[in-house]
Amino acid sequence: MAELRRGGSLSQLGLRVMAGGDAAGRVERLLGVPLPQSPNTVREGVLWLGPDEWLIVGRPEDEPRLREVLAGEGAAVELSSNRVSLELSGPQAPDVLASCCSLDLHGDAFPTGRCAQTLVAGAPVIIERVDDRPGFRLLVRPSLAMYVESWLADGIVGLA
Amino acid sequence: MMRRLAEGGAIDRSQERTVVVNGVSYQGYAGDTVASALLANGLIAVGASSVFGRVRGVVSAGGEEPNALVQVTAPWSEPLVAATLLELPEQALEVSLLPGLRGRLAGDDEQRHDHHHAHCDLLVIGAGRSGHAAAAAAVAEGRRVILAERDFRPIELAGDEAIALPRTTALGSYDDNFVTLVERVSPVRRRLWHVRAGEVVLATGAYERPLVFPGNDLPGVMLAGALRTYLERFAVAAERPAVFCNNDRGLEVARLLGAAVIDLRAGRTVVGVEDAGEDGLSVLVAPLEAPADIERIECDVLGVSGGFDPVLDLHLHRGGRVRWHEGRACFVPDGALPRQRIVGAAAGEGLPAVQAHWLLPGDESQAFVDLHRDVTVAELRRAVGAGLQSIEHVKRYTLIATGADQGRTAKTNATAIAAQLLGSGVAEVGSSTTRPPVEPISFAALAGRARGERFDPVRTTPIHPWHVDRGAVFEDVGQWKRPRYYPRDGEQMDAAVLRECAAVRGGVGMMDASTLGKIDIQGPDAAEFLNRLYTNAYDTLKVGRCRYGLMCRADGMVFDDGVVSRVADDRFFATTTTGGAAVVLDWMEEWLQTEWPQLRVWLTSVTEQWATVAVVGPRSREVLAAVVPGVDLSAEAFPFMSFVDTAVAGADAHVSRISFSGELAYEVSVPGTRGLELWAALWSAGEPHGVTAYGTETMHVLRAEKGYPIVGQDTDGTVTPIDLGMDWIVSKTKPFVGSRSLRRPDTMRPDRKQLVGLLPDDPALRLDEGAQVVLDPNLRAPVPMAGHVTSSYDSAALGRTFALALVRGGRDRIGHSLYVSQSGVTARATVVEPVLVDPQGARRDG
Repeated sequence: MAELRRGGSLSQLGLRVMAGGDAAGRVERLLGVPLPQSPNTVREGVLWLGPDEWLIVGRPEDEPRLREVLAGEGAAVELSSNRVSLELSGPQAPDVLASCCSLDLHGDAFPTGRCAQTLVAGAPVIIERVDDRPGFRLLVRPSLAMYVESWLADGIVGLA
Repeated sequence: MMRRLAEGGAIDRSQERTVVVNGVSYQGYAGDTVASALLANGLIAVGASSVFGRVRGVVSAGGEEPNALVQVTAPWSEPLVAATLLELPEQALEVSLLPGLRGRLAGDDEQRHDHHHAHCDLLVIGAGRSGHAAAAAAVAEGRRVILAERDFRPIELAGDEAIALPRTTALGSYDDNFVTLVERVSPVRRRLWHVRAGEVVLATGAYERPLVFPGNDLPGVMLAGALRTYLERFAVAAERPAVFCNNDRGLEVARLLGAAVIDLRAGRTVVGVEDAGEDGLSVLVAPLEAPADIERIECDVLGVSGGFDPVLDLHLHRGGRVRWHEGRACFVPDGALPRQRIVGAAAGEGLPAVQAHWLLPGDESQAFVDLHRDVTVAELRRAVGAGLQSIEHVKRYTLIATGADQGRTAKTNATAIAAQLLGSGVAEVGSSTTRPPVEPISFAALAGRARGERFDPVRTTPIHPWHVDRGAVFEDVGQWKRPRYYPRDGEQMDAAVLRECAAVRGGVGMMDASTLGKIDIQGPDAAEFLNRLYTNAYDTLKVGRCRYGLMCRADGMVFDDGVVSRVADDRFFATTTTGGAAVVLDWMEEWLQTEWPQLRVWLTSVTEQWATVAVVGPRSREVLAAVVPGVDLSAEAFPFMSFVDTAVAGADAHVSRISFSGELAYEVSVPGTRGLELWAALWSAGEPHGVTAYGTETMHVLRAEKGYPIVGQDTDGTVTPIDLGMDWIVSKTKPFVGSRSLRRPDTMRPDRKQLVGLLPDDPALRLDEGAQVVLDPNLRAPVPMAGHVTSSYDSAALGRTFALALVRGGRDRIGHSLYVSQSGVTARATVVEPVLVDPQGARRDG
């Protein structure tokens, strides 16, 4: 049992800044959330993508505001059109993904609040575990969304 | 002859099954293999051998089978399947025997196969006693366990985190405990498992090995252990068995079967076997010391046991070491690999002591070492006599152990006999290399679901639905589907491209340019960073302006090109070629991270954040004016190579005056989600002006007419900016990646290949792209090559064909003729400047 649907539009901002620095502190005050420091974790819509890289998803802040507080000590880029979200959930969702993704998505290895940049059927995606149904959110390049959907939908049919 | 017993065995006599062999039906039961069903029906011969055409029979009851490989023809199709492993399914199974063991690749395999990635704490290969015990112990500790077993018998292994996989063969073992398995999910479906395991336990058991004596290949000569398996598991037995062995395990089988015994350890050997027809086999037995002193033993089957070989394929795939065990006469593991254990018979545990006599008396040309490849002791002797000493050379010379059975019953005998012939020890000769896969696997199973539309990632732009709707013919550019041209009723490509080209230069055209790579570059040192990477300067670029740029690799060869816009003092927006997007970003990141970490610059791919439409042609200004009414589009207010940020169709838009055709042109970018609306708005604004959609082919012609190179088509990694005639874009005053290489003597040679235009004498002849250029058509081969054609088109603007070419010393040849050799014809062409349309640039401002 697994269900796939296309998520609604999602505001996304790319953030590059040195972790723990003054600029990061200013960003954290603006967001009201500490930037997650633990690799591949998510905190209130902020995804850790690299030691100095985060993706801010579904939050009200915008690029000019972030660039202002960064003051040249980092970068912020509006990326809302850069990826679309696919939502895959249900008890067999991990099996659907296991047919086309080499990550260990077992609840112990990839609990809720974890994210990763990986390949699904050869297409780059950011995958995030959003709940324990289990539910996954896949952030996919729009150009590849139909292709990835086709793989996942076919995987669901294959399990039936 | 063997027969099915009335009772016993692990078969289910209440469920009859059918196997059709070469068109004849035979009856078996659930739990039978094809081999056991054949034997139960009194059949033992399975077809002619591969070289000598000798009749051969079933030898084993497992995965080591050298002879009984069959072609499955229904309900699925598969070549070279071991009949000893193939269970009888519910539907009738049709197979054919394979004379010469030449399998036939099936046609299109429409079966649905799949892949599965799995992770576990422990992977156990082999569900025999030792393997099952290891798996059960780990399950009891709550570990994630996968237990894979080649056989089809059910496996008892209960636990939330336990996966038991019968009918599953481990195919290969790789670094970091990555193991591939193939599961026969149903008779026709396969699932390829990619397992990453914390620990691997190899419990793969041991294969019995035959003895090598004259006549050992006759049907009815089988492994002793196989006779036991056929009796105990399949209730199939012979009336008068005999056993020939050199160890106690063979003797045990003889006792169980009530068989006559020929024991090498007692100094008795077999010097020949004769086919006695209905009466079975006549075995010629003699003392080792007096081989002419023959007595005969008549039997139905002769079980042989020459010792046991631990099954170590998966250990050997990873370069695991083995050592020769003299007492048991076999290679045993010399320690396990990190995070692996080898248990049970695979570790050599419990194997009987063997008294080995490798070279037995008798006719060596009748004593077979490898039944599958049909190789005898005589041929081994010839190989060694020819001077071959390495077992790898002997293997290649004789083909021993190169068959579909991977020589499982042959390898150790071959090594030991070769050692004896060479007068050296078995350990010194060693074993030949073992490689994956352990058993044949079909390409269809390897492909899994990655076929048809899911074969490879497919990328489409936000405007794709419009292109589909208008009947565009698409071209693959990397993973992108790009419209190549838009044929109108019945138009072929050439006609469509001529029409599109004429429409753009004569009016206005639109092209989806969303696939261009786009990179956002931010930070106080962004201009300095670009100065170092591009051949021209960016610190002098003003905000609001754009500049065309080339990038070289460190060797000075052109790597990519694009347009860079300065969005703010500390922010640039760079485009790359469609195919180069990811590579260029990686290249930039590499320099930043490894060479210039002190630069405060951050890069972000925004390829898909923006959808881009090119509006091109003398009437493009009028089209654009309709969608950005408030913007002054005059050439003075909005000059070439500048941009404005505005709104189009209600979306934030970035409008640049950039041209890849020499015409007045604009590129309009909006956030990707608004791309289709942008296209629609521009299209309706263009309709009054007769706007024409054009594709990549027209784009190529238009740029070639202007002599604009395409990186990767007109360059091939050996072309400098100077070779392209682009000295004007190469800074003489600042260093950049590749600048030193451009001052090497070789990159300054005047006779390097240079980009020029070619006009064939015949204005209707389109030269072949890739065709060789020669200076003298009358020379005999080998003719020195003077270059090659890189781009070639029919031009609406010129009313004739033209080409671009890289030609040795090309610029000095302008005005001269040369020759292009293609398809057996030598065509003469004149070398010209590469810019053929509007060399003065008069059309740029409309």
